[in-house]
Amino acid sequence: MIEVRNAGFEVRGRKLLENVSFSVNPGEFWAIVGANGAGKSTLIKLLSAEHSVTTGSVHFHDRELRKYKLKELARKRAVLSQKNNITLSFTTQEIVLMGRYPFYDADPTQRDLAIVDMCLKKVGIGHLKGRLYPTLSGGEQQRVQLARALAQVWEIDNGLLLLDEPTTGMDLLHQYETFQLAKELTRKNFAVIAVIHDLNQALQYADRVLMLKNGHMHAIGLPENVLTEQAIQEAFGLPVQIIQPEMTPYPVIVPQVAPVSYHLP
Amino acid sequence: MLTETVNERETTKAETFQKHILPSSMGKMVWILGSILLACVIFAACTGALSISVSELWQIVAFKLGWISEMQVEEQKSIVFWIIRLPRVCLAVLIGAGLGIAGASLQGLFRNPIADATLIGVTSGASLFAVFVIMLNVKYFGMLNELAGAYSISFVAFVGAACTTLLVYQLSKLTGDGGVTTLLLCGIAINAFVGAMTGLMTYLADDAQLRSITFWNLGSLGGANWTSVMAVGPFVAISIFFMPYLSKALNLLVLGESQAASLGVNMKSLKQKVIILATMGVGASVAVAGTIGFVGLVVPHIIRTLFGPNHRTLIIGSALSGAIVLTLADTLSRTIVAPSELPIGILTAMLGTPFFIYILWEQKRKRL
Repeated sequence: MIEVRNAGFEVRGRKLLENVSFSVNPGEFWAIVGANGAGKSTLIKLLSAEHSVTTGSVHFHDRELRKYKLKELARKRAVLSQKNNITLSFTTQEIVLMGRYPFYDADPTQRDLAIVDMCLKKVGIGHLKGRLYPTLSGGEQQRVQLARALAQVWEIDNGLLLLDEPTTGMDLLHQYETFQLAKELTRKNFAVIAVIHDLNQALQYADRVLMLKNGHMHAIGLPENVLTEQAIQEAFGLPVQIIQPEMTPYPVIVPQVAPVSYHLP
Repeated sequence: MLTETVNERETTKAETFQKHILPSSMGKMVWILGSILLACVIFAACTGALSISVSELWQIVAFKLGWISEMQVEEQKSIVFWIIRLPRVCLAVLIGAGLGIAGASLQGLFRNPIADATLIGVTSGASLFAVFVIMLNVKYFGMLNELAGAYSISFVAFVGAACTTLLVYQLSKLTGDGGVTTLLLCGIAINAFVGAMTGLMTYLADDAQLRSITFWNLGSLGGANWTSVMAVGPFVAISIFFMPYLSKALNLLVLGESQAASLGVNMKSLKQKVIILATMGVGASVAVAGTIGFVGLVVPHIIRTLFGPNHRTLIIGSALSGAIVLTLADTLSRTIVAPSELPIGILTAMLGTPFFIYILWEQKRKRL
């Protein structure tokens, strides 16, 4: 569905990404992990066509990404970015309806409004439909944005969802629900690419993991092959231990941090 | 899902029974503001040095349209209405609408509540060129007159508005990444420079010129006649007709530039369209009436507070209430110190400020 070949991106001689290659198929949930400044958000921006690659290429549905018009892309994929500040008092429904804008001209059809309702319920905020967006809590706002992105790709076959830290500010329950939802979408032949900070969630939900380090691919492949003790220590600089508790079906990544010393130098 | 289980089949079935509604204040707003505007127009047409009653007004209009064969109103009143009063009211409506719509769309484009046409250089550019003409008027009056008829100042002011805006836009592309913030900063810089030029001219001007410059800067609809209405009409009409088509894109811009782009908004073309349309409306208005402050800034805020921030309602609403505000202000300006006239810019700012402060206070109270 989306294929990245030797992609690189540089700004004023500073290489933010170099030699990144991978290929995402419909029905796959990809997690991008890495330390701060490793190039995760830059990669999402390249995939969403906000920036175009300086070297290499990105192909989307077998056509070069830069050859798409913005309007065309808007009907094929949705992007959820990190910062979503809205100060104007739009209602939740109006914000989510914005996800349907690429699909209607002047007035939304009944179908558009039905999709909005459905997406609101999907992320568990059906009851906030009439609330003003700025009055919501950070986590609730993030769920509204998720619903908006969802509404945009709802009817598309083989849609692509790009999520840059989708669970920022959400409570534990809704973090897991968001990943469940992403997983559910992949079963409908969607592809989901998400920047994920919590390695345990990546391990638990992702079909493939791409680990970045200083703009390079550090490791790529199945979660259990990528998220190894050694790789995590190399990419994040933190020693970890991967344990398999008896009660859970997934292994758990635990940081190995020395107890805090109370003796200040 | 854990909290809300959605059974898709059930929901699609329910769709046929349940009608989905999007709460919108569009219809209500157009009705309310439309009737207020109509009332204001009638009031403005009736009020003045020579007062016309509503029934007389009805007769005058009906006679002209051929609905009644004779009228019992003095000829003089009919002439005053058709030649003096009506063009002036029309001009006020057009200019008010142009200023309101430009303010609403520019605030949307800049995602900044204090943006208005002054920021992209329309007003200051028009001022500079107008002042320039006023200064040169004595020497080269004849030459300019031939060029653009009796409307040399208007014509030149419009050219000035367009040129300055173009300069601001081109500079923003040269100096920055083309983002809206750069455009805003370039606007501020060019405004300061153009302001200084105007100041320099003012410094060199003699007493008579100073007086014309001051009055021009305060704005007035005193020069209204059918020719000026015809001159301004098309520009404002284009801006009113096409701006609503941009309202979806302006709504998306609320999500931020990159999110808007991912939803199909081409920032470059949106910026160009908004700036061209706003410059047309405001440039033409400034050209015939001088600089009228505060309408473009305050009116969109009022509409946003009353009818919500959706640009579909905001743009139409700002046009309508801009027209209302300017019609009323103009009526006041020509009656309050009759037979003389108070510059309208003074009135809009004087009445606008307390009202604006009240809105801010109201907003704060609502939030608490």
